[in-house]
Amino acid sequence: MDSQKAKMAEHFINAIPHCRALNMTLTNIGDGKAEMELPYDDRIVGDPETGVLHGGAVSALMDTCCGAAAMCHPSSPSGTATIDLRIDYMRAATPGHTIRTKAECYRITRSVAFVRATAMDNDDSRPVATATGAFTVEGT
Amino acid sequence: MVRPRPEPVQVVKQRRDTALSALVHGVPYINFLGIEFERRGDELTAILPFDEKLIGNPMLPAIHGGVTAGFLETTAVIGLAWAGLWDDIESGRISIERLSEGHLPRLPKTIDFTVDYLRSGLPRDAYARARVNRSGRRYASVHVEAWQDQRNVLFAQATGHFLMPSRDD
Repeated sequence: MDSQKAKMAEHFINAIPHCRALNMTLTNIGDGKAEMELPYDDRIVGDPETGVLHGGAVSALMDTCCGAAAMCHPSSPSGTATIDLRIDYMRAATPGHTIRTKAECYRITRSVAFVRATAMDNDDSRPVATATGAFTVEGT
Repeated sequence: MVRPRPEPVQVVKQRRDTALSALVHGVPYINFLGIEFERRGDELTAILPFDEKLIGNPMLPAIHGGVTAGFLETTAVIGLAWAGLWDDIESGRISIERLSEGHLPRLPKTIDFTVDYLRSGLPRDAYARARVNRSGRRYASVHVEAWQDQRNVLFAQATGHFLMPSRDD
């Protein structure tokens, strides 16, 4: 049942045009948790002088990953939409490296899913960014 | 005291538009999303023309929440940089030639950014304007509003804090 939900979520994520445009991939999903990757790409650089990726691309990764975590929670009936998302930028991501993010839906009610996420590059000990968001719980 | 003759309007407009274009088109991500800016005096409006690759929910369809966040963050950063550059552009302290060659001023860095999703982004053009609520020597706070068909019907709003580039580099 839950693996079916994870499959559905995976299918849904892989069909998102913006995620395909950014070559995002879902690397792990299930039980209110999700992991995704965003490969480095010259097209989404935010600072041409340093080659650091734009915060918007990190936002798209975090938003998708948080949504996936909310969707695959055992108490989530189906779809979700972002109510609000806050991103804290700890440091610039190292140019040339893939950004990996892990999201966890740590609390869900009949109407709201609360999710947090962390983004890392090649250095696991220092997060690039963290996110906290509230998502709708649809289909009830 | 004789007041100096005002510059011809074309000269003023060309200087401002060249500076704005250099600032906006120098950032790959802004070009990737296809964001453009319109200027009326010093007031900027960001425009996000709709495109298939911006979709986040193909079933509705709706613009991706991350695109909305990126659009609003871009509007905030450019708005903040523009407000900071305005005096230098007007006085000619900034060389427009150097700007056009890609010598961009350091942009403000995002510390945090919070997006409030009010309704789903429809598959059509979106607009946004930023308001700099506070801009100090080191930190700035900016609010952004985004709408689609009706100016008074916002589909998203955001607040962000930014670290200002030091003035001496």
